Amino acid sequence: MYLPNFEYFQPDSIEETCQLLSQFGSKAKLFAGGTDVIIKMKKELLSPEILVSIEKIDQLKKIEYVPGKGVVIGSGVTHNDLVYSELLHEKYLSISEAARQMANNQVRNLGTVGGNIGSAVPSADLPPILIALGATVKITGVKGDRTMDLEDVFIGPGKTVLAQDEIITEVVIPDQKMTGSNYIKFGLRASGALAVVGVAAAVQVENNAIKEARIVLGAVSPTPVRAKKAEEFLKDKKISDELLAGAGVIASGECVPITDIRASAEYRKDMVRVFTRRALRKAIDEGHA
Amino acid sequence: MLKFVTDKDGVKRYLVSLKVNGNEYTRMVKANSLLVNFLREELDLTGTKKACEQADCGACTVLLDGKPVNSCMILTINADGREVITVEGLATNGKLDILQEKFIEHSAPQCGYCTPGILMSAKALLNRNPHPTEYEVREAIAGNLCRCTGYVNYVKAILDAAENQ
Repeated sequence: MYLPNFEYFQPDSIEETCQLLSQFGSKAKLFAGGTDVIIKMKKELLSPEILVSIEKIDQLKKIEYVPGKGVVIGSGVTHNDLVYSELLHEKYLSISEAARQMANNQVRNLGTVGGNIGSAVPSADLPPILIALGATVKITGVKGDRTMDLEDVFIGPGKTVLAQDEIITEVVIPDQKMTGSNYIKFGLRASGALAVVGVAAAVQVENNAIKEARIVLGAVSPTPVRAKKAEEFLKDKKISDELLAGAGVIASGECVPITDIRASAEYRKDMVRVFTRRALRKAIDEGHA
Repeated sequence: MLKFVTDKDGVKRYLVSLKVNGNEYTRMVKANSLLVNFLREELDLTGTKKACEQADCGACTVLLDGKPVNSCMILTINADGREVITVEGLATNGKLDILQEKFIEHSAPQCGYCTPGILMSAKALLNRNPHPTEYEVREAIAGNLCRCTGYVNYVKAILDAAENQ
């Protein structure tokens, strides 16, 4: 398979990247790991005249802890960088484990955090756990930076709030009150499968009660969605199997899944019920906030 | 900075230098050149196979700076200044890699089309983790589809190679 002709730019800075995206407008496409853009170009779903690559911008490839801010993950960080990050193993093992469930090893060495968010695929594996941990994103454009909650970035399948000249530069996981978090995914195979349902949960447990919970559902709505009624239901309640099961029932009513080749809407809804319960239980028992 | 020339049709060709199996190559390539095609057509390294060409099957797996990647997803430009190892780079001085020896010993390949990709995934695994568990082996080759479904002997061969390297 061969690609049509295009031009390639490899700017050294974020500023120059935004300028190029602004200058070329809809002719240009931002390019990082390539695992989404190249496939779409092969399938002729995309035919950019210009690719603007962030490959050479090293500052986007860092995972670091910044006191007072939190864990800062550059948008050019690959999924396997998350899988093998010692900082994440220490602070947010749940993010490493979520990344490990994406696609397969070869793709995890290419696909980036920014791409997983920016492509806005409803079944993406990283957004649910990042949103559960209260992540914000820094978005940079020609006019400067803005910061927003990750959950507000998504508008619909393949659609985000990013303007043509804007790129996601970092994801920030703030210091947590949460004591545990987890992402569990159901795919049709153990590897290389999109999520049919993905549920992330983060909980703050105190004296065997849930002080606060965040539940994020993936692959069951046009965007990742918070199960806010289920979160509210759990607030300040003693932990029990019945409580978690109850939250699952509520969460299953907070999504609008579609029927497709992988599963029916009814099946997905019921899996949300089961997986919400399990994700909460794992977050409570295993910790790793 | 990427250097390029523009031909009379306005198509740009970019100067790239990369190391493949220890040899330095410098070429002018179009932006749309995919690494898998560059390896097979420009360098005649046809051991790297093409099958799905959409990062599902792993037949085109090569090591890029030591990491296994799908060469069907990589622009040759992206390999500029980097090191690529293909299946042809596994044997040294005519001596097969222990993985290749064990693949033969266990009769792991059937039709053989997925074999170069599995070798590269296995090589990357053993470089990173010399004593993997069976689960880790299966995870490492999960991105390599064997259409003959002959995974069992591949897993045995890789574990055997790990023990005897």
